[in-house]
Amino acid sequence: MSVSEPLIGGLHSPAELLLRDVHVLDPRSRLDARRDLRVRAGEIVELAEPGALAPAQDGGEEELIEGHGRLRLMPAFFDPHVHLRTPGQEHKEDLDSGTRAAAAGGFAAVIAMPNTDPVLDSAPLLRSLRDAAAREARIPVGFLPAITRGLQGEQLTEMAELRQEGALGFSDDGKPVQSAGMLRRALQYQRLCGGVLALHEEDKTLSHGGAMHEGAVSAALGIAGIPTVAESTMLARDAALAGYEGARVHFQHLSCVASVEAVADAKARGWRVSAEVSPHHLLLTEQDVRGMDTRMKMHPPLATEADRLALIEGLRSGTIDCVATDHAPHARDEKEVPFEQAPMGSTGLETAFAALYTGLVLPGIIDLALLVERMTAAAALFELPTASIATGEKANLVLVDLDATWVAGEHGWESRSENCCFAGRKLQGRVLLTLAAGAVAHRDRALSLVGA
Amino acid sequence: MNHLISIEDLERGDIERIVSQAERFSEVSDREIKTLPTLRGRMVLNLFYESSTRTRSSFELAAKRLSADVVNFAASGSSVEKGESLKDTVLTLSAHKPDAIVLRTPWAGAAELVSRWCSAAIVNAGDGKHEHPTQALLDVYTLQRHLGAIDGASIWIVGDVAHSRVARSNVLAFQRMGARVTVAGPPTLIPRGIEELGCEVRYTLDELESADVVYALRMQHERMSETWVPSMREYAAWYQINGKRLSPRQTLMHPGPVNRGVELSGEVVDSPQAVITAQVEAGVVVRMAVLYELLAGREARPPAGPSPARAEPVAEGQAA
Repeated sequence: MSVSEPLIGGLHSPAELLLRDVHVLDPRSRLDARRDLRVRAGEIVELAEPGALAPAQDGGEEELIEGHGRLRLMPAFFDPHVHLRTPGQEHKEDLDSGTRAAAAGGFAAVIAMPNTDPVLDSAPLLRSLRDAAAREARIPVGFLPAITRGLQGEQLTEMAELRQEGALGFSDDGKPVQSAGMLRRALQYQRLCGGVLALHEEDKTLSHGGAMHEGAVSAALGIAGIPTVAESTMLARDAALAGYEGARVHFQHLSCVASVEAVADAKARGWRVSAEVSPHHLLLTEQDVRGMDTRMKMHPPLATEADRLALIEGLRSGTIDCVATDHAPHARDEKEVPFEQAPMGSTGLETAFAALYTGLVLPGIIDLALLVERMTAAAALFELPTASIATGEKANLVLVDLDATWVAGEHGWESRSENCCFAGRKLQGRVLLTLAAGAVAHRDRALSLVGA
Repeated sequence: MNHLISIEDLERGDIERIVSQAERFSEVSDREIKTLPTLRGRMVLNLFYESSTRTRSSFELAAKRLSADVVNFAASGSSVEKGESLKDTVLTLSAHKPDAIVLRTPWAGAAELVSRWCSAAIVNAGDGKHEHPTQALLDVYTLQRHLGAIDGASIWIVGDVAHSRVARSNVLAFQRMGARVTVAGPPTLIPRGIEELGCEVRYTLDELESADVVYALRMQHERMSETWVPSMREYAAWYQINGKRLSPRQTLMHPGPVNRGVELSGEVVDSPQAVITAQVEAGVVVRMAVLYELLAGREARPPAGPSPARAEPVAEGQAA
């Protein structure tokens, strides 16, 4: 099946850069050393020992950035799960603000979910959205249209036509397909059209009415809980269906021990499954919900410390393939309501790397190379090329000051919304520069000072 | 104390202070003239997002007995549907500069939120299924009067614990006062993890005789349609407090209104062991004590409008 280029958007101003004496870390090529690196016309053209590259004599356009052997240059991150809220909810986020937030977090590409208004479930809508992204997105965006029309779980979308129009895959994220029979049809149809099915796992008959994890904290607060089995039983069911049909599925935002075990089991059986985990599930628990801060309200809910530790172990072992932010912007007045009334979701693009670096790498729980690997791995899961630091590659790079500390949100956000569960936390590790598809998509204000 | 949001925020000493203040007020309520000038010129705003005759009128009486001005604002379901958010409503009403807002909502944490949005003292009169702290305080007051002391008492809270803010506040308050608390009810209505509050959990009333106090919760009819229990009949068969289950040495409590024939049989409601009417009586004096605790020590807020403050502040302790 002929398919349109699945990622679309990004700035059309190819970078001309000389990065001198930066510490290059590319986990896949096992490069972990100081280097000079030149980007010309958006492509990595030279990679040499530190001090080997001189500023171009002819190139008046070339910008020089000094890394002093300290700044890290890594392949830019890939987020398979964001909500850009376009069309229909642009008061929360739009293609420009959402991709600016992504670039500020070091991401060179994101995949947007279809729970927009109207739902992204038809080829004409996908075409117009991709046209808008080509104009407005600062970094390339991929789209996952809905599996079922209107996310209603009753009728398949025209998946083949959507694929031709550039659908990267399909998802009913947020309103998961409840009927096993309906999901099975989609899995069968995948043989015709391809495209990964990304599944948010939640049995609504178990989660119905719940606003947080079911456990000690929900009991104390008198808030109806969502049991972890709402996720894990549905995940196990869908893994078995995928195994039976030989289909390719990706499990979104795992949140509990039982789900990690179910994914491990599915992988051991050779089923074609992958999984993601969000920074908040790796770093926060139900205890963080005690104050009923609505920024801590998300699907799936923050669970227990045992769940959190299992997710970290899953990420380390590779049972969980990648990190996904589930960036879910909501306007201030929508979140400034009692906890039970608030919509689900936290923003996460701008804090993902720093939060995980601060919470997992600095204390020695995982190492930086593994974190970078897991923050870039999703591209391959969606059959896209992985960012890599080598000559001849398009520049998808992130330059980070690992020593810089900042308070999340202290200078506002690039996102249109501010409902970030890490807001106010002191984080270490600051993205200074992001190159996406060869163009400078984000430049921190501190960068000129560092470079000088 | 600036607000009364949650029993969780209170130490035993705080509870004892409020209860003894209520004792002093109870002497006044036996007098011919029941009004004290303590809160003259202060405004208490009752903001109720759920219909409640008892709690609201109890707060209203309490405020009036302390000579405060009372404004009742019933935010019915329809006013919420008109689209005004809780925050906008509170900001609007704050323009009238209430000294205290008594707030009842169907949402956990709403009282805490409101306390951040305005400078009035906030009294939580029920936030969703979370807490109902003045109910717990009046229950402590009632029990202390009835038993002498709560320390060491075994208290069983029976019924729909999952949907009860009274249960949560009372588990905390009774334990703060030294009681051992057991919650009992159908397994579908006992929330997972409730034992983390420090209480015991039972699914039958087989050991009810070990209780010194039996506190029955209201069983709401809609719990049947939501299939939390198979039928009222089956619920009553297993969990109704009746003459067979209640022994003469036990004290019976209920937050009202009672469903006779469901959670309580008629005979026990009318028995001398029941202190249900005393609980209602206690409501007024305990709420007086809460308003006194929050407002008597505070500077009066300047009245709205251009005219300067007129009412002279009343010295603390005058009521005692």
